[in-house]
Amino acid sequence: MTKPTTTATPALRAHSPEVSAARARRWGAFYYAEQVLRVMKGYGWTIVMYGVGQPVAYLFAMGVGLATLVEANGAGAFGGVSYLTFIAPALLISAAVMTAANEFTFPVMDGFKWRRVYYGPHASPLTPEQIAGGQVIAVTVRFLLQSALYFAVVALFGAAPGTWAWVSILIATLAGLSFGLPLMSYAATIRNDKGQFAMVMRFIVMPLFLFSGTFFPLDTLPLGVRWIGWISPIWHGTELGRVVSYGYEEEPWLTIVHLVFLLGLAAAGWVLSKRQFAKRMAS
Amino acid sequence: MVRVSELVSKESPVSSPSDAAPQYVITAENLTKRYGDVTAVDGISFRVPAGEAFGLLGPNGAGKSTTMKMIGGVSQRTSGSLSIMGLDPEQHGPEVRAHLGVVPQQDNLDEELKVRDNLLVYGRYFGLPMSYLRRKADELLEFAQLTDKANAKVDALSGGMKRRLTIARSLINEPRILLLDEPTTGLDPQARHILWDRLFRLKEQGVTLILTTHYMDEAEQLCDRLIVVDKGKIMAEGSPASLIRDYSTREVLELRFGSDRNASVGAELEGIGERLETLPDRVLIYAHDGEAALEQVTARGLRPVTSLVRRSSLEDVFLRLTGRSLVD
Repeated sequence: MTKPTTTATPALRAHSPEVSAARARRWGAFYYAEQVLRVMKGYGWTIVMYGVGQPVAYLFAMGVGLATLVEANGAGAFGGVSYLTFIAPALLISAAVMTAANEFTFPVMDGFKWRRVYYGPHASPLTPEQIAGGQVIAVTVRFLLQSALYFAVVALFGAAPGTWAWVSILIATLAGLSFGLPLMSYAATIRNDKGQFAMVMRFIVMPLFLFSGTFFPLDTLPLGVRWIGWISPIWHGTELGRVVSYGYEEEPWLTIVHLVFLLGLAAAGWVLSKRQFAKRMAS
Repeated sequence: MVRVSELVSKESPVSSPSDAAPQYVITAENLTKRYGDVTAVDGISFRVPAGEAFGLLGPNGAGKSTTMKMIGGVSQRTSGSLSIMGLDPEQHGPEVRAHLGVVPQQDNLDEELKVRDNLLVYGRYFGLPMSYLRRKADELLEFAQLTDKANAKVDALSGGMKRRLTIARSLINEPRILLLDEPTTGLDPQARHILWDRLFRLKEQGVTLILTTHYMDEAEQLCDRLIVVDKGKIMAEGSPASLIRDYSTREVLELRFGSDRNASVGAELEGIGERLETLPDRVLIYAHDGEAALEQVTARGLRPVTSLVRRSSLEDVFLRLTGRSLVD
């Protein structure tokens, strides 16, 4: 039945299913990440504007405008650095966490329910865990890219004096994951959208943003609300960011606590997400 | 026009351990799936040899899609055994799925990507290289008659086009087994015929087709053999022609007396044909010769509003087996 063709191009043949399966087992998460990144490319401008436009606006308003007022009342509270330098790491980390609140909620709902995009790859050799992994890899790429852009603007404002200040790009990415992965595992359980994600934004992300030592040191707050900072990835990330950005001095054990907190939350979120993806897709 | 033979390779080996004559690509024994107290699939057994077009015919909720999901290696069975290309999908999920092309009941194309990109991305899930995928995507777009839509966004496509794109997508890895879950549900007649034509070409190429449908005409057109499923159980099995032969008469006389009279006229029709079926909107008389049966009806002085003699179909088989219609 196969007629020999006389054309110069060789007949097109896919590799065997065995090869497909072996490749998918090894690289599956990256294959799915590729898909998510292609979709992100569609709103690439939003990502760039978020990475550049937001820091420009914030740094200008807070760091230049508000700073003149704040610094008039004595800059000592900010460890001897300018107000701009003080808030820059916090803004960088917060931006990553807010991105996490978007990227690990609506796209997950879209994958399982609205447009069911997870169920396409689910029928391919990919596993649910790899689909979850691909989503995470793609968002991590976005965190890195966006944080790098953000950091570049911060550096242009002269608000990143330390040699190791660039490490805050990695810290922002970690903070984004430590907030985002637990959120992803929650998003994967939602079967009907009743505005839960808007609630997360309003009642979790916003308070964390405001009470995580973002605009003023956490210890200026009364003890009654200081705990918000202690459980907040934004605070732990921000403190780490300040250490690398301008040599903010804190007890070494505290630095370790920040790191362990962020890594632990991210790891727990990842384990739960994987489990939830597998459970939901098998049902 | 692309030669279909180029789309699907013929000699891809069936990795069966034995050399036994009919090579079954799918073997299910006592396959059962329960969700809590509900038994969606209740101990069904069937075998599908390579190259067959095998159908699961039944109404909505019969357990067809659940069976397909188990074959597709995405849903775990409660009990029984299942083997696809000699592999247990629960032990070797990625390997089994690498053999398959899947057209799900609900399209799950990525609407944010362009038509052609949907094919490329999907091919990547099989680890296929871009050099292969670019050419393959163009071939499949032509096969699916979507070449001029290659750079359109998916949400700009009609329902029939989306369905064809989903089928094209399922062929990106040159599968030897294609699973089609209700492939033409929701399509207009013209779109369905285009789709059937494409599926028929694949069948000619020796691709094993497993399809579920609740359309009897679809089952008759495409299936070499089918199982009639109801409430998770197999009611009958065979080719469309043999099922009709075994469970129905050659012809059917359909009579309409008006909705208030259909039920009451039943007694007066006793003895005509081999079997009588009274439905709310019509009376069916199963007979070898429909015209002769109609003459007997008029000879008894009965005057139906309309009468129609037709060949028996799978719909009649289903009605006989379950006492219900396929499409509610």
